[in-house]
Amino acid sequence: MSHYDMPLMTFGLGHLSSKSASKERRKMRTFAQCDVSRPRVWNVAILLFSLIVLLCVTPNGRTARADSKSHTSGMLMPESESNYQPRPYSGKLAPDDGQWVRPAKDYASTRYSTLDQINNGNVQNLKLAFTFSTGLTRGHEAAPLVVNNTMYVVTPWPNKLYALDLTKPGAPMKWQYQPLPTPAAQGVACCDVVNRGASYDNGKIYYNTLDDQTVCVDADTGKEVWKTRVGDINKGESITMAPLVAKGKVLVGVSGGEFGVRGWLKALDAKTGKVAWTGYTAGPDKDVLIGPRFKPFYAQDRGQDLGVKSWPPDAWKIGGGGAWAWISYDPELNLIYYGTANPGPWDSDARPGDNKFTAGIFARDVDTGEAVWFYQYSPHDLYDYDAVNENILLDLPINGQTRKVLVHPDRNGYVYVMDRTNGEVLMASPFAPITTSRGVDLKTGLLQYVEEKKPTRGKVARGLCPTAPGAKDWQPSAFSAKTGLLYIPHNHLCMDEEDVAVNYIAGTPYVGANVVMYDAPGGYGGEFTAWDPVTGKVVWNIPDHFPVWSGALATAGNIVFYGTMDGWFRAVDAANGKVLWQFKTGSGIIGQPVTYRGPDGKQYIAILSGVGGWAGAIVAGGLDARDKSAALGFAGVMQDLPKYTNQGGMLYVFQLP
Amino acid sequence: MSSSFRRLVCAFALVLSSAAFARDMRVCADPDNLPFSNSKQQGFENRIAELVAHDLHANLRYQWQRMGRGFVRDYLNAGQCDALIAIPANFKPVLTTTPYYRSSYVFVTRKDGKLRPASLDDPALHQLKIGVQVLEEDYTPPATALARRHLQDQIVGFETMGENADSIIRAVADRKVDTAIVWGPLAGFFVKKYHGLQLTPVEPEVDPPALPFTFAIAMGVRKGNIPLRNELEAVIEKRQGEISAILDRYGVPRLEMAPRLAAESRGGTQ
Repeated sequence: MSHYDMPLMTFGLGHLSSKSASKERRKMRTFAQCDVSRPRVWNVAILLFSLIVLLCVTPNGRTARADSKSHTSGMLMPESESNYQPRPYSGKLAPDDGQWVRPAKDYASTRYSTLDQINNGNVQNLKLAFTFSTGLTRGHEAAPLVVNNTMYVVTPWPNKLYALDLTKPGAPMKWQYQPLPTPAAQGVACCDVVNRGASYDNGKIYYNTLDDQTVCVDADTGKEVWKTRVGDINKGESITMAPLVAKGKVLVGVSGGEFGVRGWLKALDAKTGKVAWTGYTAGPDKDVLIGPRFKPFYAQDRGQDLGVKSWPPDAWKIGGGGAWAWISYDPELNLIYYGTANPGPWDSDARPGDNKFTAGIFARDVDTGEAVWFYQYSPHDLYDYDAVNENILLDLPINGQTRKVLVHPDRNGYVYVMDRTNGEVLMASPFAPITTSRGVDLKTGLLQYVEEKKPTRGKVARGLCPTAPGAKDWQPSAFSAKTGLLYIPHNHLCMDEEDVAVNYIAGTPYVGANVVMYDAPGGYGGEFTAWDPVTGKVVWNIPDHFPVWSGALATAGNIVFYGTMDGWFRAVDAANGKVLWQFKTGSGIIGQPVTYRGPDGKQYIAILSGVGGWAGAIVAGGLDARDKSAALGFAGVMQDLPKYTNQGGMLYVFQLP
Repeated sequence: MSSSFRRLVCAFALVLSSAAFARDMRVCADPDNLPFSNSKQQGFENRIAELVAHDLHANLRYQWQRMGRGFVRDYLNAGQCDALIAIPANFKPVLTTTPYYRSSYVFVTRKDGKLRPASLDDPALHQLKIGVQVLEEDYTPPATALARRHLQDQIVGFETMGENADSIIRAVADRKVDTAIVWGPLAGFFVKKYHGLQLTPVEPEVDPPALPFTFAIAMGVRKGNIPLRNELEAVIEKRQGEISAILDRYGVPRLEMAPRLAAESRGGTQ
């Protein structure tokens, strides 16, 4: 999450400037959405465009990309699957009790529920069950939890925890817990003061506060059981991630991948809150918890003290590499999997070397923290490609053989399928336009950077895709056991790195990089993509005007849920992407949808609305849309978002009549 | 009695009206960033702000805000204050005045040290450990110039803000690094705390094609607030002598205000 502080501009369809025209763009790129938002403005350009798109759409509903070709010389584009056959998942899934006890649903991070009362035949009848206001106006990224007929909602700073009683009409508040984090913590949050949720385990709710405290709260009473300070905001450390509780350990990773923080992941004893182990991202092997068990698949990740040697002498001490998003856990292998953030400083010339172990993935023993393998998605990262995105643990048929894999859509634009027992990359396929690399060499595991796209000071690098927030940021995908597809909410953006401009912080003038973000070819900023992890191809996608910054949810009802930054909460058919139902919430959606069986035996769907986050800070932070440098350079491409939505955190829960 | 009553009323009215008519000058300043400013008002920007407020017959009001990234957007442009006392003269997000001083990044070295680098091209730098400030997610510009000369292995990073602001100077005094390259005003202030240190301006002034080590500093207001900008410029013009005296007291090393550079900074040097 590096920072750009300079002006940017958006490309867009200048002649389609109205709100309805933007909606058009979304519809045109979608083969089969229902007509829930019927166009108000038609013009010749739209008609022509729609004709072209319709002509390019194949019968099974893929969105063709012929319109992109004129802009895409030298650009790596996702492949479409020409003959998709549904392939129900044959692997094992954790038993589903109809609750939702952690943001990713299960340890494998599928976000898949076996509940099917709400399905592709009746979802169009979905109606509001109840709502709850958080009273806060910043970005709401958390997943609500449901345990023992109680719903738990964590808010952005000041990180309140609400318990709602689902057994009573309207789900009244049972209790609230206030950890009272210091207001100063807001100053070290890079990208809005979000929180991605809590985890339930053994009668307790665990979550992190922005000011680096991990708290354990009694799930029945709301009484604090313990509270441990794990970081220091004065060092730039903050925490926004939801902890994972596995095998009696609460796993917590630091944010602030910005320069100056030395990234880590800690395991706290779930009973006492005492730190059991700390695995640093960089530094000597003993700090990184690298020992005799460490056996990376590729040669470049092997060697002594690479966390020191792949940096200039002292640079690893302040080299970034946080662990600010998702952790998965394989109980059989006893391993946890998580990605590390980008290295610092931004000026990559000042940190020659691979900068291990940033922008990669660790497999660690959950008991001891020992690293078992590591793989670096983006060695010597040049573009802010944090590797912290979710890892979905699946058993998939790859080349005729069932392999224990993890599936990881990375910021660098590839969906990686890796053998999770040893870190071998089995497949790496583009899921968004890519110009900064031309593929991954599966023999060496190396990302093939494009030399002429490397940014250097004093030189303009144009047409860099993906951008700093990546082809996909933190917004988690969902995997459906019904279709065997992964549903990826993501960005569709490119950027230019402009020349230098004078900047000023802390009494000190300096010269900073300048970034311009804009929509990737096609003229839209985000997509919701159905992805076949076995073939590495797109089955269908739904373009959106803005980056799709919400999480996804898949259910056995053959439907998938996601939300848009302009506030639409949608159910789409998992097989073909047809929009079956949508509801306009009060604010933009960047939360994570969940589903559960209520005390009445009925299925419910829940989502937090409340725009913000890095992409939505222009609304949540009340920023001036004319100031394109706002929100670390993201506001420029988002500058029309305030026309579409307003801030305000609200929980929405839906049911069938 | 009636006349004394009238006098009282008049005096009261005068006090009232002067309170009503005296305007506020709202300045955004960092609460903990000496030598520039702090909430105890001990910095040179505090001194200059007092001088300006006096000349404008305004009440000086501070909005204390950490000057981290986004501070212009979040505070000045959000209307929480009206003026910044010090900002680079070619800083685009604000409307700037004519600059009132120009300083440079400097080498900080020990007087008893064998080497006294003055240029980034000094081959001796390959043998030295060189302190450089860290600004949020990046080093200050000298690190880029060092990296270009394949000197990245010599760099040691130091915090810039708050109570640790002088750590980079102390590291030179304590021989933890051989030299440090530091923004002049900060170096000039803290170097006085330690014995036997010296400052040398960094050469070249601009590392081609566009990496400057000298900056002209001006006052800043929101874009469009031309009346206030003009008032501040009038104060600078009239009080340049006193402002320079304040800067001297805080040890701010300064370069000539080359007319060419001043003109450039008005228009920007992009």
